[in-house]
Amino acid sequence: MSETVRNSLLFAFVGLLIVLDGTIDFAFFSGSWNSALVILNMGLISAIMALGVNLQWGFAGLFNVGIMGFVALGGLAVVLISSAPTPGAWQAGGFGIILALLLGAMTILACTVIYKNTPKGRFRAVLLIAVLAVGFVVYRKIFDPAVAGVEAINPANAGNIGGLGLPVLLAWPAGGLLAAGAAWLIGKTALGLRSDYLAIATLGIAEIIIAILKNEDWLARGVKNVIGLPRPVPYEVDLQNDPGFVESAASYGLDPVTASTLFVKLQYSLLFAVVLIILLVMAQAALKSPWGRMMRAIRDNEVAAEAMGKDVTRRHLQIFVLGSAICGIAGAMMTTLDGQLTPGTYQPLRFTFLIWVMMIVGGSGNNFGAVLGGLLIWFFWIKVEDIGLLAMQLITSGMADGSALKIHLIDSAAHMRMLTMGLILLLVLRFSPKGLIPEK
Amino acid sequence: MSEPFLIGENMTGGYGNGPDILHDCTIAVNPGEIAVIVGPNGAGKSTAMKAVFGMLNVRSGSVRLDGEDITALSPQDRVVKGMGFVPQTSNIFTSMTVEENLEMGAFIRTDDIRPTMEQIYDLFPILRDKRNQAAGELSGGQRQQVAVGRALMTQPKVLMLDEPTAGVSPIVMDELFDRIIEVARTGLPILMVEQNAKQALEIADRGYVLVQGANGHTGTGKELLADPEVRQSFLGG
Amino acid sequence: MDILNALVALTNFVLIPATAYGSQLALGALGVTLIYGILRFSNFAHGDTMAFGTMCTILVTWMFQSMGVSFGVLPTALLALPFGILGTMALVLFTDRTVYRFYRQQRVKPVVMVMVSLGVMFIMNGLVRFIIGPGNQRFADGERFIIKARAFKEMTGLNEGLAIKTSQGITVVTAILVVAVLFWFLNKTRTGKSMRAYSDNEDLALLSGINPDRVVMITWLIVAALATIAGVLYGLDKSFKPFTYFQLLLPIFAAAIVGGLGNPLGAIAGGFVIAFSEVLVTYAWKKVLIYLMPEGMGPEGLAQLLSTDYKFAVSFMILVVVLLFKPTGLFKGKAV
Repeated sequence: MSETVRNSLLFAFVGLLIVLDGTIDFAFFSGSWNSALVILNMGLISAIMALGVNLQWGFAGLFNVGIMGFVALGGLAVVLISSAPTPGAWQAGGFGIILALLLGAMTILACTVIYKNTPKGRFRAVLLIAVLAVGFVVYRKIFDPAVAGVEAINPANAGNIGGLGLPVLLAWPAGGLLAAGAAWLIGKTALGLRSDYLAIATLGIAEIIIAILKNEDWLARGVKNVIGLPRPVPYEVDLQNDPGFVESAASYGLDPVTASTLFVKLQYSLLFAVVLIILLVMAQAALKSPWGRMMRAIRDNEVAAEAMGKDVTRRHLQIFVLGSAICGIAGAMMTTLDGQLTPGTYQPLRFTFLIWVMMIVGGSGNNFGAVLGGLLIWFFWIKVEDIGLLAMQLITSGMADGSALKIHLIDSAAHMRMLTMGLILLLVLRFSPKGLIPEK
Repeated sequence: MSEPFLIGENMTGGYGNGPDILHDCTIAVNPGEIAVIVGPNGAGKSTAMKAVFGMLNVRSGSVRLDGEDITALSPQDRVVKGMGFVPQTSNIFTSMTVEENLEMGAFIRTDDIRPTMEQIYDLFPILRDKRNQAAGELSGGQRQQVAVGRALMTQPKVLMLDEPTAGVSPIVMDELFDRIIEVARTGLPILMVEQNAKQALEIADRGYVLVQGANGHTGTGKELLADPEVRQSFLGG
Repeated sequence: MDILNALVALTNFVLIPATAYGSQLALGALGVTLIYGILRFSNFAHGDTMAFGTMCTILVTWMFQSMGVSFGVLPTALLALPFGILGTMALVLFTDRTVYRFYRQQRVKPVVMVMVSLGVMFIMNGLVRFIIGPGNQRFADGERFIIKARAFKEMTGLNEGLAIKTSQGITVVTAILVVAVLFWFLNKTRTGKSMRAYSDNEDLALLSGINPDRVVMITWLIVAALATIAGVLYGLDKSFKPFTYFQLLLPIFAAAIVGGLGNPLGAIAGGFVIAFSEVLVTYAWKKVLIYLMPEGMGPEGLAQLLSTDYKFAVSFMILVVVLLFKPTGLFKGKAV
């Protein structure tokens, strides 16, 4: 069986799983097209995330444990770009916040300048501390009242700086840019050191980004969430009130409600598929370009590449920023799909670890592998709970009803996800480290 | 001539499955002797010694210690059999004290190691003074003494040194050579690889000049030093 | 100016909690740094190893409590601790045998080991949630305080109270004992020295006849003990929740890196550096400043540098600064 046929069959298998989920109500298949499309849409987004991580790990061997953070930044971009402006927020403190943040950045900049240009010694230390202290006090003096001003505006519904009211599709590249910026900062710090340090640094930045999203209410309302974000596709209600739509739905034998939900989801699927294909084509081109070959050469033998005069750290920074940007784009798409930003739901398990499993299972170093892994693992991620519950019911079927162990086992079926995913990762790493579609 | 105490005979082989680096190379040493392997860069000097110590895949030929065939043994097992080896680099535990280095050298021994340690302190008196200092803080020459001392702690039957004078000053080099002669006088056979061919051959009872992984010239140190061809080709006239 | 009251407030709200927290971090960082020194990778499963050990201890504690066994004024968990340690030892040895050993023999790059440890982390995490659930568990019993704030006020006549929780006292005492035993082991015993030798120079250690399998096994046993002790102390002091233990990974790594990865002494120093910075930066200084400033000059706000929600940011900032300026850590750690 040729490679192309094999790979096409693998993709066909995932397609079949989704079609089965849409048509058959058996075992863990839901039999509902609505839920099948929900799986497909998030699967497409997951595939994009896996593509980004594959760029970092598969091409360059960079270990990013902070995917969650970059995804969340993408979500933030949606709020900042597309949500409606909060009237008066800029006057009440928006500019003050920007000013304070700029001052904060300048303080850090001043410190680096002092650090570089002043001879080492007590004088430098005192100077640095003084600049930091003054900078911090001034920052807080401007920042605190400005934040209070913004958060005082209509706290029940707004209380944040609000967005620019631009089309939501613009937020997707913006999310990429935001994530790229954060990745650049992290990369500058941790790349060029031991590989473990990047992992630890990304783990940290992800936690901090989530903490900022949860606590800075002026930014995106924190845990009060931003809901009702604009959509790139029509609303179901509008479709149901559109006689033309109802008519064409009837011609397919569908009632207007089902038809509208399916139509909206399909449109999302199309949008996401377009983005995925564009990114996939770009990633493939990159992989085959001299740049991609050099990346893999660096990955396979950093010392030799360095000896040949390649600036390894710089290349790593490039690809780290690019990969994170893709995660940011995917994050923005996800928030658009959800229509809301809920910082409390960002879990490292779901947004970092799962993406890793996807890429490893699919085949690290192969873009198609990453995409396949994204779709396939997402399907099972959704279904593991059902499968786990089925398994638990099977295991406990011999036990007496109401026994403590039986209740405990069935209640704990939800935690099977973590166990299974961890197990899948370890098994694939051990027995099939190249994944389903190996690197060429 | 009877069988030498340690001999690597007609060794051919390379690292792992890589190409052969050694070709039919023979190295031997007897008690009380200093045998020196010299040769131009890339001649396989260190490789020949590593082959004797089992760090190389020897495809044909054999290594025998005191009449016993040890060709198949791992380096660790050869240490147990009585071979002491001092690598060229990273040959001490830098974060541990001098005394701990010696103690670790004697890790495989279960008997009292104090007398051996005293002997080493007698041989290298400076180490006695610095016994509680981290070995990494010592000077280059002192570190080499620690490295040799560590290898001697197993009470080996043969001592192998891979370029013991690499990177030390000429004065320290002379001192190190004096110590090595002193060790050899106790009857311990010493096999060493040396970059400083002239000085090394001066103290050598046996010299091997390797050329491209094969024996080029063999003889006593004096013979080789007097050999016009050897002088011409790489002692610099 | 009321220096005495200010001092008491400072001790009560900053020094004592930070010392206890620092001890817990130090024990955690010691485990990370030992793994790094001997097995040469950053163990992302360490937080969840702590959680697993704590869970074992909690289960045994519950069993003891239901049997009516208690430890007097001290928490029953201390009696259960040895059993928790044994359980964790069994788990990590099993993990090493089934997972890590394969990659060690393959001599894979450290970053692959890190990824493998991530997989182990999620299995352990799932295991803990599966057995005890994701919720909060309190398991401290016995006397809650060594000194109560009220008693202290009555004793000294000061405005400010000083309270020392039993868990804080136990934490510090246990940490000192554990660290003393560990350093005695590493510096004085033959096995401990062989571990240091292996960490320092693996090839030379092999040449010296040190058995790598034994070194690795003993390292895991020590790490299991350290992780369980750190986890139980943290759980007694605050409370047990699996996710919190995962989050502890960041300050623990920060502590180990600040001190210099692979350097046990550094891990302890790093633990306290991180803990004190965290508490100092997130503490609302108003209470202390009120006593120090002239009458009516007290600060208007809470005088808090950073909200407690950002305590992880503190460890992270320190981590970044160390990575930028001194990647080998304060004490010289292993290669960058």
